[in-house]
Amino acid sequence: MEPLLTLDGIVKTFTQKRGGKRDVQAVAGVSLTVGRGETVGLVGESGCGKSTLARLALKLIEPTAGRIVFDGEDITARHGRAMLPVRRRMQAVFQDPLASLNSRMTIAEILREPFDTHGIKLGAALQPRIRELLSFVGMENTDTTKLPPQFSGGQLQRIAIARALALEPDIIVADEPTSALDPSIQAQIVNLLLFIQRQRQISYVIISHDLDVIGHVADRIAVMYLGTIIEQGPAAAIMGSPWHPYTQALLSAAPTLAARRNPEWKRIVLTGDPPNPANVPTGCRFHPRCHLARDVCRQVEPPLRPSEDGGRLIACHLAPEETAEKGRWIGQARLGMPAAATA
Amino acid sequence: MILSVRDLSIGFRRIGGDLPAVDKISFDVREGETFVIIGESGSGKSLTGMSIAGLQPATSVTSGSIRFKERELLNRPDAELRRMRGREIGLIYQDPLGSLNPVWPVGDQIAEALRAHGLASGAAAARRAVEMLDRVRIPDPARVATAYPHEISGGMRQRAMIAMALIAGPSLLIADEPTTALDVTIKAQMLELLAELQREMALTIILITHDMGVVAEVADRILVMYAGRVAEIGDADAIMRTPSHPYTAALMTSAMISEAEPKQQLNAIVGVAPGLGSFPDGCHFHPRCPLAQDDCRSFVPPLRRLGDVALACHHPVGSDTALMAEA
Ligand SMILES: Nc1ncnc2c1ncn2[C@@H]1O[C@H](COP(=O)(O)OP(=O)(O)OP(=O)(O)O)[C@@H](O)[C@H]1O
Ligand SMILES: Nc1ncnc2c1ncn2[C@@H]1O[C@H](COP(=O)(O)OP(=O)(O)OP(=O)(O)O)[C@@H](O)[C@H]1O
Ligand code: SF4
Ligand code: SF4
Ligand SMILES: [Mg+2]
Ligand SMILES: [Mg+2]
Repeated sequence: MEPLLTLDGIVKTFTQKRGGKRDVQAVAGVSLTVGRGETVGLVGESGCGKSTLARLALKLIEPTAGRIVFDGEDITARHGRAMLPVRRRMQAVFQDPLASLNSRMTIAEILREPFDTHGIKLGAALQPRIRELLSFVGMENTDTTKLPPQFSGGQLQRIAIARALALEPDIIVADEPTSALDPSIQAQIVNLLLFIQRQRQISYVIISHDLDVIGHVADRIAVMYLGTIIEQGPAAAIMGSPWHPYTQALLSAAPTLAARRNPEWKRIVLTGDPPNPANVPTGCRFHPRCHLARDVCRQVEPPLRPSEDGGRLIACHLAPEETAEKGRWIGQARLGMPAAATA
Repeated sequence: MILSVRDLSIGFRRIGGDLPAVDKISFDVREGETFVIIGESGSGKSLTGMSIAGLQPATSVTSGSIRFKERELLNRPDAELRRMRGREIGLIYQDPLGSLNPVWPVGDQIAEALRAHGLASGAAAARRAVEMLDRVRIPDPARVATAYPHEISGGMRQRAMIAMALIAGPSLLIADEPTTALDVTIKAQMLELLAELQREMALTIILITHDMGVVAEVADRILVMYAGRVAEIGDADAIMRTPSHPYTAALMTSAMISEAEPKQQLNAIVGVAPGLGSFPDGCHFHPRCPLAQDDCRSFVPPLRRLGDVALACHHPVGSDTALMAEA
C-alpha cells in the first residue's frame, strides 16, 4: 500500500510550569505509517498520548524529535503558509465537539470557514455546497443561522464531520468521533465513514475507546501504552488474538455481547497504579501492572519487533510463547466462537 | 421516591410560538437506584437532567413539576438551587472541557466546591481535592491538581468532573455521559467506584449514556427518550432483552456492532430524527418506524403498562395491542 502519512520516531515532551516544573513525555518515540485508503485504529488507556499523537500528525503542535512525512514530502519543519496546501488535505474531527467548534459562529459560518481559509471562492455554489455537506451527515433540515450551543452533542459531532469533509481531504484524523453519539447515529456515522472511503479512497486515523467501532472500521490497529506503541497489526490479528498482556487486558475489559453470554468470560483487572508519563517505569513500561512480569521485564525495555510470522509488531519479552494462547481465547470468546468454551 | 417528575415540558422561546424540546415527560426515581436515560441524540436527555439540577438554558420555558425529597424544585429562587447543587444534587456535565474553567487549576476548582458550601477551606480543602482526585483513580493526583484543564487528557478531565461532583457528598448524582471519554479499563473502574460510592453514601444515580455496555452493567431501570417524549420506561433487563417499543428495538440492534461483518454497513435506523419545531403529528417516531400504521400518524400513543415496563406505542413489537391495559 502506498504510504500517505509517515510518523518516524516521534517524541513530544511537555514541560508543566507549575508544581515543580516536571517534564511529561506524552509521546515517547512512535513510528507509524498510514497507507492511502487505509484506516488505522489507535487505541489505548486514557492519557497514553493518543490525542497528542493526533495533534502532532496534524501539525497542530510541534514534535520534540522525529520526522513527519506526508505524501512523500518531509513536513516536519513546515510552518504557517507553507503548511496550508498540506492542511487542506488533512482534516480533523475531535473528541469534544462543543470545544472544537467556535460557539460564536453560526453553522453556516463554521461550514464556510474551510473554504475561506484556503481562498476557495464558491460564490453562488457555497450555499448548495453547505446544504450538501449537511445532508451528507444526515442534517439536511438544519437551521444554519443557529449557534453551536443550540445543538445537542450528537448533532454537533455531525457538523464537525461535515466541516472536515468540506475540502475533500486525503486523510481525516478522528479523535473519538462517535463517542458522543447515540448507537443509531453512531452506526450511521460509521456507515458514512466507510461509504466515503469506498467512494474516495480516503485514509483515516481513528482514535476510539470503543473497541467494537475500531474492530469494525480499522484495517490496522496500533495499541499505545504510556507514550509508545506496544502492539500493532492487522485488525483481525489484534482483535482475534491479542498477544500483548496490555492489549489482552484492554479487550477483556470490553466484552462483546457474545462474550457477556460466555459464563467463563473474565475481565482481566489491572492491578497497580495507572501509569504516569511524568514518571515512567524502568524496563517494560507495563511491568508494574503485568501479571507475567519477571526480572528481565523490570530491567530491559522490550523493543517493538516484528513477530516471526511477520503478521504484527509486538513489544513484549514473553510474546508469543507465553501469551498467544490466552490471546486466542479472548479473541474467540469476543467473537462468540466455540473454541472459547474449551480453552 | 427520591425524585418525581411530572409533565415536565421544556420549550424554547420563538416568535410565533415556543418550540417544544421536552414534551410532558413523567417518571419517578427510587432512592438508591441507578436510573439510566438513553435515547436519540437531541431527544432532550441533557435538558431533562440539567433541569433537575435547576439549570435550564436562559432562553427556555419550563413547566410541570420536579419534586426532590418532597420539595418542589421547579421555579425555586436561584440562590436556593445553587445551595442544593453540589451539596444535595451532584452534577457531571456532558462536556468536561466546556464546564471546567480553562484558566483555573483543576485542584482549585474541585476545592472550590467544598469552600462554596462551607465544608472546608484553605489547605484542608486543597488536600481533600487531591484525595478525591486519587479516589477517582487519577495517577499522580498532586501533579494533576496543579494542571490547567487543557494540560490533562480527556479521560482525566472527565474523572476530575466526577471528583468535583462528589466531593460535597450529594445524595443524588446526575451524570451526563460520565464515561464517554474514558478507556475501557478506567471505565470499568469508574463504574465500580460509582457502585461503591452508591452503597457507601446511599447515592441515587441518574445516568445519561449512549453506551449500551454501561447500561447492561449498571442500570436498574431505564427511561428511553425519543424526540422529547418517553418511548419506554421500566425494568432494565426487560427493556434490554425484549424491547417492546420499536424505537428501543432498533436502538438495541444498532448497538450490536460487534456482531456485524467488519467494514460492512451497520444496521442504523433509517432517516433522521426530527429537529426542534419539526416534530411530526401523532407518534414522533412514525416516519421512521417499521411498524407504523395509520393511527400512529394522527394519535399520540399514551404511556401504558405492558408487563414490567410502560411504553408509548400503538403497536408494540411482538405483542397484540389488545393485551395492553391502561397504566
Ligand atoms: N499541553 C500539555 N501540557 C502538559 N501536559 C500535557 C499537555 N497535553 C497533554 N499532556 C499530558 O500528556 C499525556 C497524554 O495526553 P493525551 O491527551 O495525548 O492522552 P490520550 O491518550 O488522548 O487520553 P484520553 O484517552 O483520555 O483522551 C497526559 O498525561 C497529559 O496530562
Ligand atoms: N440553549 C439551547 N437553545 C436552543 N435549543 C437548544 C438549547 N439547548 C438544547 N437545545 C435543543 O434541545 C434539544 C434537546 O437537547 P439535549 O441536549 O437535551 O439533547 P440530548 O438528548 O442530550 O442529546 P445528545 O445525546 O446528543 O447529548 C436539541 O434539539 C437541542 O438542539
Ligand atoms: S515485557 Fe514483561 S512486563 Fe512487559 S508486557 Fe511482556 S511480560 Fe509483561
Ligand atoms: S406508535 Fe406506531 S409509529 Fe409509534 S412507535 Fe408505535 S408502532 Fe411505531
Ligand atoms: Mg484523547
Ligand atoms: Mg446530551
